[in-house]
Amino acid sequence: MSADDLTPRRTGDVLHREVRAPSDESERGPGGERLQHAEAASKPIRADAPREPQPRGARVRGNRPIDQAEAAERFLAAPMHQKAHDERLWDVRRKRDVAAHGIPEWEELRELASRIKTHTLTHLDRYLEQFEAAAEANGVHVHWAEDGAAHNRIVLDILKRHGARSLVKSKSMLTEECGFRHFMAAHDIDVIETDLGERIQQLDEEEPSHVVMPAVHKTRLDVADVFARTLGTDPDNDDAHYLAESQRETTRPLILKADAGLTGCNFAIAETGTVVTCTNEGNADLSGNVPPLQIHSIGIEKLLPRVEHLGVFIRLLSRSALGSPITQYTSHFRKPRTGSEMHFVLVDNGRSERLAMEEFWTSLKCIRCGACMNTCPVYRRSGGLSYGATYSGPIGLIIDPTFDKRKYSTLPFSSTMNGSCTNVCPVKINIHEQIFAWRRVLAEEHRIPLLKQGMMKAAGAVLSRPAAYRAAIQTADSALRVLPRFAVYNPANTWGKKREMPHAPRQSFHAWYRQNRMKKETDA
Amino acid sequence: MRIGLFVPCYVDAFEPEVGIATLELLERFGLTVEYPYDQTCCGQPMTNTGCHGEAAATEALFVKNFSGFDYVVAPSGSCVHQVREHLTAIPQTDEVKAVRSKTYELVEFLHDVLRIEALPWAAFPHKVAYHSNCNALRGIGHARPTELNRPFFSKPLSLLKKVKGLEIVDLTRPDECCGFGGTFSVFEPAVSAKMGYDKVTDQARAGAAYVVSADSSCLMHQKGCAERLGVPLKYIHIAQVLNGAAA
Ligand code: SF4
Repeated sequence: MSADDLTPRRTGDVLHREVRAPSDESERGPGGERLQHAEAASKPIRADAPREPQPRGARVRGNRPIDQAEAAERFLAAPMHQKAHDERLWDVRRKRDVAAHGIPEWEELRELASRIKTHTLTHLDRYLEQFEAAAEANGVHVHWAEDGAAHNRIVLDILKRHGARSLVKSKSMLTEECGFRHFMAAHDIDVIETDLGERIQQLDEEEPSHVVMPAVHKTRLDVADVFARTLGTDPDNDDAHYLAESQRETTRPLILKADAGLTGCNFAIAETGTVVTCTNEGNADLSGNVPPLQIHSIGIEKLLPRVEHLGVFIRLLSRSALGSPITQYTSHFRKPRTGSEMHFVLVDNGRSERLAMEEFWTSLKCIRCGACMNTCPVYRRSGGLSYGATYSGPIGLIIDPTFDKRKYSTLPFSSTMNGSCTNVCPVKINIHEQIFAWRRVLAEEHRIPLLKQGMMKAAGAVLSRPAAYRAAIQTADSALRVLPRFAVYNPANTWGKKREMPHAPRQSFHAWYRQNRMKKETDA
Repeated sequence: MRIGLFVPCYVDAFEPEVGIATLELLERFGLTVEYPYDQTCCGQPMTNTGCHGEAAATEALFVKNFSGFDYVVAPSGSCVHQVREHLTAIPQTDEVKAVRSKTYELVEFLHDVLRIEALPWAAFPHKVAYHSNCNALRGIGHARPTELNRPFFSKPLSLLKKVKGLEIVDLTRPDECCGFGGTFSVFEPAVSAKMGYDKVTDQARAGAAYVVSADSSCLMHQKGCAERLGVPLKYIHIAQVLNGAAA
């Protein structure tokens, strides 16, 4: 398959219905109400409600396995937070459905996007070289980083060469992955986040909990608390506009006098050597265009062959992420401005290793829209920080173990494998099947708790021997006692803590059948 | 046509009336249904936990019990999904492959194979919330999930429409998982139960008197949640409703 086969289908209509219709200035929900940007649409928490402290994320201890279930339980124990989180993200999922169902060719677009990514990833070496050559021809300095540490060192070197002491940054999950903020702090470089959500997280010394909405787990009162503590705002004023304005006023001067700017990359176009970023606040433009020194950190999987492929992904990205037809700003960075310098840092950090994993390589297609998180019922009730990793939710469950199999060995179990993530994924990653595959890999490598494996062994022994099985559930009472071995498993009876136990019937189906049907057969 | 009836371990132990209703319902259509007496389980609890090796002997037993039938029918979407998609711990002989491809979930068997047109004996004059089990919905294609931009269809609802007096109520989150998730319900009880509570609350808010599903395991979990919350909802398997249960 060549890139030529992947040309998006052109229809006679250049403008899409929703853009054309004069009265339809924005998408509308089922009730005819105007759909708002999800970040602005969340309901305010009532001022007279008692303050509920924000639950913190997973306890990370070196590379000991993360206890996601324990952190989720703490999140659930903060009902205001959990409810707001769940409802806000479900609302985004609902808007995503409206947006996706508004485009007749939606499933065709997903298929095309998936195929473009397959093609690019299976010819990645070629496209990376093409991208590098095109970028250099544009006057960009291109660097290659094998891992996160190399990325941080390369950026530090560039900053040092220019005597830069402060850097403004537009949200980039890749730099989170590299531990960039902490590294730069240790080298006395001021890093200022320009994305509102990311800035909130930075000021609260927390990681982002969601790839698109980094502070979605916080209520407005939490944000008011953080800003009161760090920016001196009124702790009791949780008005979104007041808070956003306060942040903007304190951050703008820092942006204006920053020595360097760094952005992430949504798409990198091999043909033109262009970096494309999508933001709703225009902050990539600020970080890229204001300071004299400009750096873009690029995960090597972000490549697309040509500009014409970009439209497919732009149409999918924001609709999947927030249910809006497009992000407010789609910025293309190609050449340094006169008098400034531009650097691209291409980062591997485990990606080429992942590319070689037969069952898991398609996770590299991810465009970080967050749709799988929004739809995930476990994520919505756990909070993103419960995963103790840069990437949380369904996509996190399948890529985190590729970074560290021990530390993230429990994550593939934090799922009911209901498959909704796979259905919303704009690039058709079979997420729930990869979660299933990880469980097998982890069990085979004895990375699941001994107790769990022991219980499964016992269950397998009973369930493969009809006589033992029948004896075990012969009477209803003993079924309740013995079935726990494969239904309820746990001597501590975790089932019964929050749910009533099933009522034991008078007799099992086996017993009924023997009594009512087998007798007849022998009689006959 | 030789039909083998598979009654999953949960149903066998906790909901025998679901097995009975399935058997009687198939017989109403004039089918001869055999119940291999040495059956136990499809291996799902082990496979679901990643322990495929531990599931091998159970899988082999399943195949031994059910080879030779024209169809294997079970009143459980998740067990059928397991057999069809994940019964892979044993060598995939022709016999194994045949059993896997001939295993049907009850609703799809009635809808796709028997193509039944009427259920004259069935009346259920109640408001019903239908619960779509995730494996049935997205795994074996019972219905169009809300995420996909495809034409709407629902095999279970089209069957329930043939039941006299039955009224379907709409849920606000029609196909969100209820949190059972097999071993998930045991190993991650906090999130699992919260999902169950939310599901039950949605069903009650919709004005349902009964919840109907094609999966006993989801029903067992939801019933446990409803009882704990003190919500007076009743839970019943679709096999019972289609077989003419009077409620
Ligand atoms: S895995 Fe798919 S749905 Fe999830 S963030 Fe990536 S592209 Fe979006």
